[in-house]
Amino acid sequence: MKTLYALILCLFVYQAQAEIEYRDFKQPEQEQAYQTLISELRCLVCQNQTIADSNADLAKDLRRQVYEMLQQGKSRQDIVDFMTDRYGDFVMYKPALKLKTLLLWLGPVLFLVIGLATVWVLRSKTGSVSAQLSKEQQAKLNSILEKGDDA
Amino acid sequence: MKYLLPLLLFIALSVFLAIGLKLNPREIPSPLIDKPAPAFNLPILATPEQRLSQTDFKGKVWLLNVWASWCVSCREEHPLLIELAKQNKVLLVGLNYKDEAQAANAWLSKHGNPYNVSVMDADGRVGIDYGVYGVPETFVIDKRGVVRYKHTGPAQPGELESIFLPLIEKLEAESA
Repeated sequence: MKTLYALILCLFVYQAQAEIEYRDFKQPEQEQAYQTLISELRCLVCQNQTIADSNADLAKDLRRQVYEMLQQGKSRQDIVDFMTDRYGDFVMYKPALKLKTLLLWLGPVLFLVIGLATVWVLRSKTGSVSAQLSKEQQAKLNSILEKGDDA
Repeated sequence: MKYLLPLLLFIALSVFLAIGLKLNPREIPSPLIDKPAPAFNLPILATPEQRLSQTDFKGKVWLLNVWASWCVSCREEHPLLIELAKQNKVLLVGLNYKDEAQAANAWLSKHGNPYNVSVMDADGRVGIDYGVYGVPETFVIDKRGVVRYKHTGPAQPGELESIFLPLIEKLEAESA
């Protein structure tokens, strides 16, 4: 059992190392803003990580930059502008809603609508097939169904 | 006829995927294009007691090449820069990014120095201002100090002739 615990604890070693960077904040709101910002900014070296997750050198520098700007009393928007001025919109994990990114935002909804429309069209087609039975066919169907009930 | 629509959809999807495959996800368009080159005031690598700023190059077309002795792809790009320096057509400024002066100087004396001058950005702050994320990077800056082109990653053989030299020639023709 002890070995099992030890093995489970090993899983957290990496996490503990990643948290080693120490930042001193005067107000809890500032720390909150820092945490939020670094988990929204993309590390451009390892593009699928935020600068909070990444250990790349650039991510460290950008975390330092965010921290320093917060210490200087800069607002969230100031920092976002600073980053997008230098690295472009791509630096934001959540892209801004602009004309250029409209398809990105509306794409999923668009595909859902196309999918629902396709289902609806296909369903209404199969519905019309059953309505196309002639009187004789309908009578035959009914008799088969009744026989089935008797059996 | 029944299969025409799915076929068309399939072709459209294939075209999009093919384009996606050809794109380079590391190539992020720089927001600095057509904006003034960000300001810096940095010590010169060879003579650290002297400093240079971007205004010192006003009136000249210049290349700012971001490099470091620890950067593996800079080795790959290096022969091209040497070639460019030989032609003596443009001012080549090196931004020695997050490096140590000793290592940087040793690297230059070992592989040859293509730069007219290199400045040291030891803590990478100027790098952030230039949006550097993949060394080597090269900025082409015109006579008015405006960034006109950015190349991320090592310049490939042939790009000197296809991209850089024509652009330099064009910018040289512009008035300051």
